[in-house]
Amino acid sequence: MLAFTLRRAIQAIGVMIAVGIIAFSMFRFAGDPVNQMVGMDTSGAERAAIRKSLGLDDPVLVQFGRYIGNAAQFKFGVSYQFRLPVTNLLIERMPATLELAIVATIFAMLSGILMGVYSALRRDSWLAHVFQAVSLIGISLPTFLIGVLMIYLFSVTLGWLPSFGRGDVVQIGWWTTGLLTLSGLKALIMPSITLGLFQMTLIMRLVRAEMLEVLRTDYIRFARARGLTTRAIHFGHALRNTLVPVITVAGLQFGSVIAFAIITETVFQWPGMGLLFVQAVQNVDIPIMAAYLMMVSLIFVTINLVVDILYTIVDPRLRSTVSRAH
Amino acid sequence: MSVGRSLYAATLAGVLALAVSPASSQTLRYANQGELKSLDPYTLNESTTSAHLGHVYEGLVARGKDLKIIPALAESWEIPEPTRWRFHLRKGVKFHNGDPFTADDVVFSAERVRAKGSNFLSRVPADAKVVKIDDYTVDFILTSPNPILTALWATWYIMDKKWAEANDAVAPTPAAATTPSYASLHENGTGPFVIESHQPGVKTVFKPNPDWWRKPEHNLKEIIFTPIANPATRVAALLSGEVDVIEPVPVQDIERVKASPNATVLTGPELRTLFVGMDQARDELLYSNVKGKNPFKDVRVREAVYRAIDVDLIKNRVMRGLSTPSALMVAPEIFPSKDFARPKFDADAAKKLLADAGYADGFEVTMDCPNDRYVNDAAICQAIVGMLARINIKVDLLAQPKAQYFAKVLKPGGYKTSLFMLGWTPDTLDSQNVLHDIMGCRDDPKDPNRGEANLAGYCNKQFDKLADKVLVESDATKRDQLIKQAFEISMKDWAYVPLHQQALAWGVSKKVKLTQGADNMVRLYWATKQEE
Repeated sequence: MLAFTLRRAIQAIGVMIAVGIIAFSMFRFAGDPVNQMVGMDTSGAERAAIRKSLGLDDPVLVQFGRYIGNAAQFKFGVSYQFRLPVTNLLIERMPATLELAIVATIFAMLSGILMGVYSALRRDSWLAHVFQAVSLIGISLPTFLIGVLMIYLFSVTLGWLPSFGRGDVVQIGWWTTGLLTLSGLKALIMPSITLGLFQMTLIMRLVRAEMLEVLRTDYIRFARARGLTTRAIHFGHALRNTLVPVITVAGLQFGSVIAFAIITETVFQWPGMGLLFVQAVQNVDIPIMAAYLMMVSLIFVTINLVVDILYTIVDPRLRSTVSRAH
Repeated sequence: MSVGRSLYAATLAGVLALAVSPASSQTLRYANQGELKSLDPYTLNESTTSAHLGHVYEGLVARGKDLKIIPALAESWEIPEPTRWRFHLRKGVKFHNGDPFTADDVVFSAERVRAKGSNFLSRVPADAKVVKIDDYTVDFILTSPNPILTALWATWYIMDKKWAEANDAVAPTPAAATTPSYASLHENGTGPFVIESHQPGVKTVFKPNPDWWRKPEHNLKEIIFTPIANPATRVAALLSGEVDVIEPVPVQDIERVKASPNATVLTGPELRTLFVGMDQARDELLYSNVKGKNPFKDVRVREAVYRAIDVDLIKNRVMRGLSTPSALMVAPEIFPSKDFARPKFDADAAKKLLADAGYADGFEVTMDCPNDRYVNDAAICQAIVGMLARINIKVDLLAQPKAQYFAKVLKPGGYKTSLFMLGWTPDTLDSQNVLHDIMGCRDDPKDPNRGEANLAGYCNKQFDKLADKVLVESDATKRDQLIKQAFEISMKDWAYVPLHQQALAWGVSKKVKLTQGADNMVRLYWATKQEE
């Protein structure tokens, strides 16, 4: 077990290094950061001095060594745009993104499971068809379009919800939360639906398929034969057995919810890490780009690692195949 | 602040906001596509940043509503001899922390703005001496006459010497700062507003300065600035009344905003001139199928390109009427263009010129173009590609985001372009800047900064001589004559193809009255918002 965990951890480090290398090679095509840092009519000598002090004139290998060395110590330097330490900026923006991602995931789980169960139990009802249509929209329409459409409906036309930002936030230690104010809660509605819609669709379809599968199994038939109530069969037995893969998928998807928040945050001007990243790309702010990419890959790698380990604990068969394979 | 107190404050603020929201009419919410990145007024020489900081900082001079230079921290000035300017400072002015404004602060600011790391080095000539005569008199002693010394000073903001020294901010925050500086997160100006809170890239709150020396023209009790990068969201926020002023409004949304019940669009010509340039410096173009020679060195080819581009069509189709075709490389507000007519669009004449030059069958060339810098930039270039195709010049368009585009075509990238589109606003609001930076010869041994942004490599020594005379001529009429002669030479050389001045488009709530300046600087200290 320990050997397995270690092996997985080493693989995870390998993935992180690979991400670092790919990210570094991409920065070389992102453009010249100096142009974004000074005014148009800045003289060549001034620009050269800035390039030099940023170390952009060093040989590629030296730059790469410095970059990997700093990244390994989680030293990401100072943002080119804001002249603030990148770590501080990310920590400042992190609560916004995490809050959005968590609310979006909860929304996706709750409504996805409810809709999935309903459409599995009442397959031919009109509401089930509506759910199917909604899920088709959720899976096929791009996020930014849904976001913009919602803004036009709920902010511009009806005037119910704010079109941008986080509303009023409350500071608790280093964390800021919008969950404690009315305007903060209102501001969360549209972004979290936009962000969670895809996951909701996924979960709904998964629950529906799993439910239909489980309802056909022998133990459900036996439960029926024993004369248990339909309610107990559906929710006590069928749904509970459906939830294992659903939770796995939702857990694995949490990483991509954080990563895909980039688009939602851009549409709603949500002051999170994704928005920071998009603006960093536009302004060739390499320190922020590097830190964000490393952080997102760390989240992905960690989630996968945890899931892998949990699997082997839950399912001994996996453990034996793993040890036999090596 | 403790958790309990901040919770209480937030709840209270929430309750208050609910209770008094209709009366919060004098809070003005402003959204711009860009963010306010640093509060240090010497870090980034860019007009949006300068406009933001102009609410808290002031220069010795300012620009009035007609963009004319007016006195600000300097009450008056005179030029006793051509190389000596004497400024009489305003008395009784206080910085936001209460420090009095004196000549020491001007001398200090003149040193700081010229120090290493400042992006405003050209504000005060490097060899000028700044001498304090008494507490309210300062002399600027120049090595050569400079009639437009104050032209850039409306955005040379005066800082407090004592405050800078106390907070370790004597040196300007350089663009490549590796440690955060106090001055980039805090302000201490003399201006009409103070910054109450500043979250870089998220939100900045301005409150009026009760001790401002001028009588305020605004009726605001607060300005809340938020960047909204996404154009659709920005327009939606204006239409839904969540913000009062947005800049810019995308061209395709202007009609919709105008048709809405609660907002309108202020449009006007901007000072920026967009133009097309052709590499006429290299002996062989970098990106063309013509080898061994450079077709753009032939004046007939340049004229052909000029005449093949139909600026009126670009105005009507691409810009939806919101552009002013231009004959000159500067806007009419900067230099009156009534003596100049733009040579007529004439595709047949262009074809004939190309044939005379030996390119009857045309040639191929790559055009560089930004796609996120100017209004409809990539669409303009696309239109030009089509127009040049009609005279058999086959253009391969390379439209890129500004980060990549500027890295390729500007001087540090080695001017790697054969045909390009660029926009330029002389920040002095004076023609001399264009004559020197865009049209002056590159590689002048005496003046290495000449032609810095001359991506086309146009070079005419006679033209440069005129530009040098313009620099030192103090007599306004003679000076205008010289500028006119210079522009005539460049037109005869078909040096560049000026296209147009794009239009400004600010989205403004119908409750707000605002003065729009052609320099595209949003000045909210002239804004009034009507009570609800």
